[in-house]
Amino acid sequence: MSQTKQMLYKLPEDHAQKLELIAAVIAKYEAKPSNLIMILHAAQGIYGYLPYEVQKFIADKTSLSVSEVSGVVTFYSFFSTKPKGKHTILVCMGTACYVRGGKKLVDGIQKHLNVSVTNTTEDGKFTLSVARCIGACGLAPALMVDDTVFKAVNPNKLESLLSKY
Amino acid sequence: MIQLTINNKKISAAPGSTILEAAKQNGIIIPSLCYMEGVHKFGSCRICSVEVEGARTLQIACMAEVREGMVVHTNSKKVQKTRKVLYELMLSDHSKNCLSCVRNQSCELQKLGDILGVGENRFDTGSAREQLDISPSITRDLSKCIFCRRCVTACKGIQGIGILDAQNRGFDSVIAPAMDRPINSAKCAFCGQCTVVCPVGALKETDHIERVWEAINNPEIRVVMQPAPAVRVALGEMFGYPVGTSVTGQMAAAMRALGVDDVFDTNWAADLTIMEEGTEFLHRAIDALSGKKAVLPLVSSCSPGWIKYIESYFPQLIPNLSSCKSPHMMLGALAKSYYAESIDVAPEKMYTVSIMPCTAKKFEAGREEMVNNGVPNVDAVLTTRELGQMIKQAGIDFRSLKEEQFDDPLGQSTGAADIFGVTGGVMEAAIRTVYVIITGRELPFEGLHVAPIVGLDQIKEATLKLENVLPDYKMFEGFEVKVAVTSGLAGAKILMDQIMAGTSPYHFIEVMGCPSGCICGGGQPRSEDPDVRTKRLKALYSEDESKVLRQSHLNPSIAAVYKDFLGKPCGHKSHELLHTHYVDRSSENE
Repeated sequence: MSQTKQMLYKLPEDHAQKLELIAAVIAKYEAKPSNLIMILHAAQGIYGYLPYEVQKFIADKTSLSVSEVSGVVTFYSFFSTKPKGKHTILVCMGTACYVRGGKKLVDGIQKHLNVSVTNTTEDGKFTLSVARCIGACGLAPALMVDDTVFKAVNPNKLESLLSKY
Repeated sequence: MIQLTINNKKISAAPGSTILEAAKQNGIIIPSLCYMEGVHKFGSCRICSVEVEGARTLQIACMAEVREGMVVHTNSKKVQKTRKVLYELMLSDHSKNCLSCVRNQSCELQKLGDILGVGENRFDTGSAREQLDISPSITRDLSKCIFCRRCVTACKGIQGIGILDAQNRGFDSVIAPAMDRPINSAKCAFCGQCTVVCPVGALKETDHIERVWEAINNPEIRVVMQPAPAVRVALGEMFGYPVGTSVTGQMAAAMRALGVDDVFDTNWAADLTIMEEGTEFLHRAIDALSGKKAVLPLVSSCSPGWIKYIESYFPQLIPNLSSCKSPHMMLGALAKSYYAESIDVAPEKMYTVSIMPCTAKKFEAGREEMVNNGVPNVDAVLTTRELGQMIKQAGIDFRSLKEEQFDDPLGQSTGAADIFGVTGGVMEAAIRTVYVIITGRELPFEGLHVAPIVGLDQIKEATLKLENVLPDYKMFEGFEVKVAVTSGLAGAKILMDQIMAGTSPYHFIEVMGCPSGCICGGGQPRSEDPDVRTKRLKALYSEDESKVLRQSHLNPSIAAVYKDFLGKPCGHKSHELLHTHYVDRSSENE
């Protein structure tokens, strides 16, 4: 079924402090339901991901039902309900990257890190995602690690690329 | 008025009305599915697509408003073709086990296929969603959901709770509680309004029919059955009677024909509830007036959906709730004690079945508080719909049944009990009796009706000044009793917010979980009649007015149970059998 099925994660130790930061964001957005996406965006930045408990917190503060908040969270692929790794690898699978070997990059990383797409390595270091074009077609095949773009990546050199992290 | 043309017919329509409404008023039926008059206008299914001249695309008639000079074609070739494709797409991942579906022959999707004349199913992919979610009250079968979102409107828009909404995206989409959790782990009140509006078999009551048949077919078991007040004015609809037909006598006959041993009436226990709850109110009011600590307003507790709601969302107000069990639980408790003793049957060998207009009562029957002497007060709860189903299964020709009476000693009731099934009824019944207790006189209103609290408004209130009271109740002299009545959980929230804020002016509040009260409860037959509420309401008030005795304290069999068994209202035995306590569910499963 859907990715939201598994969700029984231990909450981080600084859960309460993070909720305080999220509360401040909600206040900044005047707790308006129409600002929900901005609030969720900021909340994911603070918390790292959006587990049920965080969604419930936001729902209560914005007078929305938690099913509605969850509806938005589970609709957009940007939002994650599972903890993310320390680093996020985003492999471009847009047309240009795909024809120049984007798929090979995904396969290579899956094999090398023993992780499937949308999931996180056991050591919590990397989360693997794919994108439908990161707007770097001239650099194909491209991938991003966090905010850094790597151009014309050679699938045989993934190991050394990732070893820097 | 706006002038327009539909199918070459010149018509006029009120500004702001939709094409669908304008067409209907002029005898042109546009097929629709998700649209529900007065309830749901969302445009998700697009089956009501029509061609509007000059418009780039087809318009959806349930949403598009009429405009001056508009030329509409509701049945052009393009429209016909589009509707068929839309229908086929809806079927593409719909579980098609229609023959074994509870909604077979009452399914709106099925009816639509018949109207559209769809003869093929080109896109069948099988269902992407094979999830079955069974809770104590409501069963969700996601393989049948067609995403009309009526349930979302019922839950969020009408009841103000919002348990259900669209989750995930694309083929993973589901209408579900947050994070696609099972409904039992969301704070669902189990009111069942979603099961009434669901056009297909995706949302329904959790089945109790099988266990009831088993009990009936077991010669060792004595089966006791009792119907709620609202059942008698709706059951007939399942057998072709017009909406608002009262079928009390036939219903009693049908229950007997099913093979039930004792045909009792929840109405009897409604009279008993008035004695208990009325006395509880008197006690609290006397305490308050004599300066003692007392929690007011007293809030009624007959509606288990409402109880689950307050336990989940306003646990701080649990002390305001009446401690009375709901009437069918009282009857169950007394059937397995008072009555079982009198006929020398072991309570374990007795099986009590309640026929309720309600899905939340199924959950209530499983509550651990609803047990006395080790046996549950009520063993099974059938909705009105399920009783109709059983009568059909048993091959009983309902329409040819002769009217019969309920059995003694738990079958006789007064008119006050009939109106328990409609918003304002419990309060009116209580006032009729409490007024007599305090003043020694009958309520000085025409037809004994407390007019301000009769009707279908969301929140109603009344003030009753007590004068020339009996010497025992002199503290009430000149006292103005303020009462409020609401139906539907959105209205209840308003009244509870007032109590929380300390601004509630009331002494007694009646809450029924479903809009209009039990007459339109989550277990009632689905009706396409837009006037269903008014018609069922009128039917219950005529039941009341047709009775010789219309005040609970005048019911001779209630007097007998106090004399022979219970002692006095709110006495020791009452507390043991007829009263209960509640649970803070605010953090349950969340």
